[in-house]
Amino acid sequence: MEKRWELNRNLAQMLKGGVIMDVTNAEQAKIAEEAGAAAVMALERVPADIRKEGGVARMSDPAMIRSIQEAVSIPVMAKVRIGHTAEAQILQALQIDYIDESEVLTPADENHIMKSSFQVPFVCGARNLGEALRRIGEGAAMIRTKGEAGTGNIIEAVRHMRTMNRDIGRTVTASEEELMHLAKAYGAPYDLLRYVHDHKKLPVVNFAAGGIATPADAALMMQLGCDGVFVGSGIFKSENPSRRAAAVVQAVTFYEDPVKLEEISENLGAAMTGINMEEIPREQHMADRGW
Amino acid sequence: MKRIGVLALQGGFAEHMQKLRQISSVEAVLVKKREELDGLDGLILPGGESTAMGRLLRGEKLIDILRKKIRGGLPVWGTCAGMILLAGDIEGQKETYLDVMHIRVRRNAYGRQTESFSSDSPCPSVDKGIHRLIFIRAPYITGTAASVDILLKLDGHIVAAKEGTMLATSFHPELTDDLWFHQYFAEQIQHSPSVLT
Repeated sequence: MEKRWELNRNLAQMLKGGVIMDVTNAEQAKIAEEAGAAAVMALERVPADIRKEGGVARMSDPAMIRSIQEAVSIPVMAKVRIGHTAEAQILQALQIDYIDESEVLTPADENHIMKSSFQVPFVCGARNLGEALRRIGEGAAMIRTKGEAGTGNIIEAVRHMRTMNRDIGRTVTASEEELMHLAKAYGAPYDLLRYVHDHKKLPVVNFAAGGIATPADAALMMQLGCDGVFVGSGIFKSENPSRRAAAVVQAVTFYEDPVKLEEISENLGAAMTGINMEEIPREQHMADRGW
Repeated sequence: MKRIGVLALQGGFAEHMQKLRQISSVEAVLVKKREELDGLDGLILPGGESTAMGRLLRGEKLIDILRKKIRGGLPVWGTCAGMILLAGDIEGQKETYLDVMHIRVRRNAYGRQTESFSSDSPCPSVDKGIHRLIFIRAPYITGTAASVDILLKLDGHIVAAKEGTMLATSFHPELTDDLWFHQYFAEQIQHSPSVLT
């Protein structure tokens, strides 16, 4: 199993410096691939629509996911509900490249999936180091920050990335004697916290997700130390998806080059409208889902 | 001191940098723009997604200049997606990227991620050791011109090849703790004549 986790962790390493885009059909998947996406996330409704329409959000129709697998050569990911082991088994049978156990869908259990019992890799969301290490302890091979999906508002992604960086910094500088107490405070498995202490980084790749709507948003998250970005509603809810997609891809590569970023950001058409956090009642925050 | 660039548009470039930094005769630099190609003695094209890298190469107008430099003798090594970038023929599509190496490649030749694997194997054409070979949604070579030397076949498939100053591997030595292939590439550079372009 350890070997499989290594290979799955390795695939995430190959996605670094890249953009993973939400797509709802084969045509969008091709637009994303053509624009330079490193992978696509196949789902029936982007988070902005899930938020608007409400109801229970579930795993997408496997036939729809399959049509996207057939349309592109890049890795295809798909989402399952938190704790929904059977949905994950179905996606594994489909030979999906990565499963996102996602708070964007309606949770099915207060326990997360035991991901180490699967062959297929999982990515999970996290707001802080403890949550990230709990997911890795269950077998996640990749982490993404839990920005607030479907809002086009970057503030939550930034907040969670800053928290992650702060927690890692605290862990790295902690003395031997402090580590067990820190593991208790963070709710983190001790051996994984120890890894972070020794290696000064997470054991897996960490992407930004939730609220990224512009090339500048993507660059901001990269500057905060993310390895790459997920863009959900931000692309296909904008005026010119293929142009915006290509611009976000470039921004992730050239995130340290303001002159280049200026050039990239010109004439992209309107971004998705977005929602301010005060307009969303606390109980509707997707990022709070997950334990 | 030889200066080796690692193409840093997308993918596992940091891992290559980390390996190169362990070789004392090598200075490692990241390459994202045209001007960063100047003064290189060698270049690594890392693993990642070849379509993403291809799109960025075109956007930065790097294709023609890179092709010219490689044809002019700049030693280059492509791992996984890098192999696809080098290939003159990609199965199932008309489009190629750098089109410098006389190999035909098959994308995702082993299948999807659940088929990714690692294997401990010797590679006698390079050295006497046993090495961990890691294949992540890897391509392999399905055809070569006479000018191409096959460095390694695994289960009947060509997974490493050399043509003049060009190297291509399906596997990822940068994901292991083993410096063997980076050292091999550095030696190739030491022995190759100075780059003309």
